[in-house]
Amino acid sequence: MTSATTGSARARARRAPWRAVGAGHAFVAGYVILLVAFGLVPVGYGIYFAFTNADNYFAGFSNFVQSAKDFRYVPALEHIGVYLVIWLIALVVLVTGLALVLHQLPVRRLGGLVRFFYYIPGALAGAASVLVWLFMLDPTVSPASSFLHLLGYGTFGQVIAPGHLAVLFAMIAFWTGAGGWIVVMYGALNNIPHDIMEAARIDGAGAWRIARYIQIPMLRKWIVYMVILAFATGAQLFVEPQLVSEASMGVAGRDYSPNQLAYDFAFQNNNVNYAAAISVELLVVSLVVAAIFVTRSRFFDAN
Amino acid sequence: MRTDAVAPAAVGGRAVPPRPRRRPRPSRAAGQVLPGLLLLVFVVFFVLPVVWLLLAATKSDAQLVQDNPLSFGSWHQLRVNWDELTGFQGNVILLWLRNSAVYAFVALAITLVVSIPAGYAMAMMEFRGRRALLVMTLVVMLMPATTLVVPLFLEINEVHLVGTLWSVVLPFSFYPFGVYLTYIYFSTALPRDLLAAARIDGCSEFGAFRRIALPLAAPIIALVGFFSFVANWTNFFLPYVMLPQSGQYPAQVGIALLLTDVPQFNPTAGAGTVLRPELALATLLAIGPVLLVFLFAQRFLVSGLLAGATKE
Repeated sequence: MTSATTGSARARARRAPWRAVGAGHAFVAGYVILLVAFGLVPVGYGIYFAFTNADNYFAGFSNFVQSAKDFRYVPALEHIGVYLVIWLIALVVLVTGLALVLHQLPVRRLGGLVRFFYYIPGALAGAASVLVWLFMLDPTVSPASSFLHLLGYGTFGQVIAPGHLAVLFAMIAFWTGAGGWIVVMYGALNNIPHDIMEAARIDGAGAWRIARYIQIPMLRKWIVYMVILAFATGAQLFVEPQLVSEASMGVAGRDYSPNQLAYDFAFQNNNVNYAAAISVELLVVSLVVAAIFVTRSRFFDAN
Repeated sequence: MRTDAVAPAAVGGRAVPPRPRRRPRPSRAAGQVLPGLLLLVFVVFFVLPVVWLLLAATKSDAQLVQDNPLSFGSWHQLRVNWDELTGFQGNVILLWLRNSAVYAFVALAITLVVSIPAGYAMAMMEFRGRRALLVMTLVVMLMPATTLVVPLFLEINEVHLVGTLWSVVLPFSFYPFGVYLTYIYFSTALPRDLLAAARIDGCSEFGAFRRIALPLAAPIIALVGFFSFVANWTNFFLPYVMLPQSGQYPAQVGIALLLTDVPQFNPTAGAGTVLRPELALATLLAIGPVLLVFLFAQRFLVSGLLAGATKE
């Protein structure tokens, strides 16, 4: 279908070559200006600063080498690595599991309500989610305080001990983001042809076997999509550690994640070149991930 | 639909002798109860913090500690918290909310004006560079918004716009995901024959867009508007970096500032401190508009029609 439509568009372009061409460019002009100004130029700027020194001379890779030698650099990478592993595993297992269970629910109405409940925390994305969770993790006011006491934590400081941070950040991210993904997975489950499921049932497959051999394989491209986007977003972690560091009585450092380190280089240490070097590294990660996905997955058929 | 899922197996079970691989099910009840329990546990996980937040705003700090976490305080205390909160730095909370609204809506307006024609042209017209633009849009769309914040700061700083409205609004209004959604919408919803007929009748490209595409565009305008508004309103990092003065903060950055004035979270907080219920109320106010939009959009949010349309 896509090739046919492209074909007819081509034919039209041949009939009225420059009228259509000029009009097309006029329609996208505003967007292209924004794309250049706030997509391409900042990338260029980041690269420029990353490869020059404070006197604007070419500096080779020295900003990358020097920023990597900073005592905060390797710990930041380790933190983000542990965080990503926990967050991605939780996301894949729980989102897929919950979507499958929701899809089994006999009462449709109820399913819609449950999905909406799961989606609500999305409204608290950003700083709000962190503030809410600071309360949730403070045993003096938390509705889960008996649970926290059960785990042996009596004070806020004990709950947000440095060793717990990766799990806590993953939990906050899961709380705000998982609902949207559950809705997406649910939609994808609805798109599985009914007769395939029916055939499996007639052959005596139970819910577990259907999930294992039909639903999960057919969800696979969505799971991959989710993991890739979540990986790219998770690598940029900023607001959670930033706010926790402001609220933790100094337990969590200001330089938990690479993005925080870039921020501190730029705004605390006045070294925009080191900041740009870290930004470029993060940019390369996102860009490579996005490019592989767009070109390899056939997910977006850019006809 | 789901209910008939059980029927064929049951019928088959009665007609044919029981198959060896289907064990008798003492766990029939467990099979129903366990998934329900799992769903319920997660309902509590997702909803309880929101419910707690709503209730916390109606209590005093002492009640927050002593009373049942899920008890209602009083309307009077809510009023007291409101007065205390709005008293903080001379009603700065309302200024923050106003700032959030200005940033979110100005950026939303620019996003719509720019994205709808662009997505339409990429779907329905042929022009040089179209494919490259599409691929670039996809790649940028998959990059998290936070990636470019520090480089954007360097750029905006160079043109001396840091600390202005535009340092936040212009980067917000660049919203490739909106262009992609529009592209998908017109590719699938608008028959090309309709446009061809209009062109044959002498309609200009702009006329065809205005008379045919725009009247059909209401759903996609709503969808792009929804995602753009939520993304703008909840963005923290960009305004945090771009806006130096607290009077310019949007609510998201404002509540983070309030946090540093809560003594329980920051012992160095000096005079003019903020109590925890006031912080809870401020958080509620800061998320209120998005929560309202969610409630109105409830039906389409959970329909699953959006498979593929959600970007986190």
